[in-house]
Amino acid sequence: MIEVQDLTKSYGAVTAVDHVSFTVNKGEILGFLGPNGAGKTTTMRILTGYMPATHGTARVAGFDVFSDSMEVRRRIGYLPENPPVYPDMTVETYLDFVARIKNVPAERRPGRIDDALRKTNLEDRRSELIKRLSRGYKQRVGIAQALVHDPEVIILDEPTVGLDPKQIIEVRNLIKSLAGNHTIILSTHILPEVSMTCDRVVIINKGKIAAVDTPQNLTSQLKGGQKIRIETDAPEKPLRDMLTQIPGASRVLIEPARAGGHQAVTVEAAQGNDIRNQIAAKIVENGWPLYELHGVNLSLEDIFLELTTDDAAHAQASS
Amino acid sequence: MRSLYAIYRKEMGHYFVSPIAYIFIGLFLVLTAFFFNAILASAIRDSFQMEMQAMRGMPSDFDVPAFVMRSFFGLLATLVLFFTPILTMGVYSEERKRGTMELLMTSPVSELEIVLGKYLASLSLFALMLLPTASYMVFMVLRSDPRPPWSMLAAGYAGVLLLGGSLLALGSFVSSLTENQLIAVVVTFVASLFLWVLDIGRNSDSGASAVLQYLSVIRHYEDFTRGVIDTSSLIYYGSLIALFVFLTVRSVDSMRWRRA
Repeated sequence: MIEVQDLTKSYGAVTAVDHVSFTVNKGEILGFLGPNGAGKTTTMRILTGYMPATHGTARVAGFDVFSDSMEVRRRIGYLPENPPVYPDMTVETYLDFVARIKNVPAERRPGRIDDALRKTNLEDRRSELIKRLSRGYKQRVGIAQALVHDPEVIILDEPTVGLDPKQIIEVRNLIKSLAGNHTIILSTHILPEVSMTCDRVVIINKGKIAAVDTPQNLTSQLKGGQKIRIETDAPEKPLRDMLTQIPGASRVLIEPARAGGHQAVTVEAAQGNDIRNQIAAKIVENGWPLYELHGVNLSLEDIFLELTTDDAAHAQASS
Repeated sequence: MRSLYAIYRKEMGHYFVSPIAYIFIGLFLVLTAFFFNAILASAIRDSFQMEMQAMRGMPSDFDVPAFVMRSFFGLLATLVLFFTPILTMGVYSEERKRGTMELLMTSPVSELEIVLGKYLASLSLFALMLLPTASYMVFMVLRSDPRPPWSMLAAGYAGVLLLGGSLLALGSFVSSLTENQLIAVVVTFVASLFLWVLDIGRNSDSGASAVLQYLSVIRHYEDFTRGVIDTSSLIYYGSLIALFVFLTVRSVDSMRWRRA
């Protein structure tokens, strides 16, 4: 449905999007994950025909976003970062206006507007002025606007920003219910959102794609590289020496004991190397008390940090 | 075409849902009514004097209706200079600030449709604002004896519409360049004033001055207030409007390339 090839966008010397390629299949929900300023919004703006790319191509439903922009725009519903609403309009007249400029034929307009209002739970607000609505409701009007012409592709730039937890769940459920009939791209910097709603994730950082996979695969990919968490009471230096000598242990992080607590130690082990038994044996051998020892699976959060943190910061953390 | 109408409707709705249109039209009518009254009063005073001179054997040819019309249309032009920049200041700057430009530009609507829809809406509001003032003129024409030709009145209003239309096109263009309404209104006013005073050297007869005079928005207008519709004036205003509409389309299009 969506094919992006080698997409690059530079503003003068700054490269916002750097040779990005990915595809989205029909009916899929693709999550665009990255820190602020990673190039998510720019990529989406190129896909919606709002701005041209410096280099590379993007096709939506077989149409080039630049040369066949009008065809693409007919097929896309887009929610920008800030809901593009007119404060002086009522919800209904606003949706009517959007339906008109999206070329929804007159006889289908009332039905489409009702449908969009129903899906976003706005039916009881239809004749209210948009400026009187709260941030969460405005966001919903923004989503309704992206659905009103029943587009094949829906692009949502941070759809849950500014919503309260209950509304966030509603929006996520709405997005999930739209998949299948619509192809959806959403961007976010909230990690659980991706694992909850998306079929696939593109992790983007500094304009480059860091990873593309399903949330499950991304999580299991790094599970091999295991983290082991230990609680014990031992002098720091000998403990560290002991742990680093175990074959397969890579990074050792010792947090000093908090008042009334114990030392918390994190050891990272290379993939496929279960060293828990060795650690337990060594600690007992030294006569230190062992309160806890367990393996930690890396969450999407860890993967994300792993992929998006600077190498310099990395080096600092491991030393 | 349908999208153009949708944009036009939305703009008109925007004018009339908010108090903008009412305040604007109201203020304009108060000012024009006041000035019409003043012009009429001075015309009556002058015609009395003329009559007295005529009694002393000095024949006069003071044409009261023509005098009132010329003064009134001259005044309208001045008001137009002040009112049109306010009318157009928010046309694009507000959309850009609100982020709704992004909606328009990712919808299957061409830049020309956006620009024309908005331009025609501002022109319609302008025409609506002028419409009630015609009642003063009609009243005057009906009460004059001999009655001046209606064509004179029609020419006058055609002139105001063309003058206003040109300044609205200019204002829309300026508004498309900035997100700041205050900048839009000031720059539009200064630019309009500049086009206005180009005929400053009207008494010198060098070639350059003739060109400048031709380019002045007000010189062509004066023909209309005398009841003359000159083709060269029509072409002048027509090209001015077309030029600014074209520039606005280019400017809106260039928003895609600018860093937003």
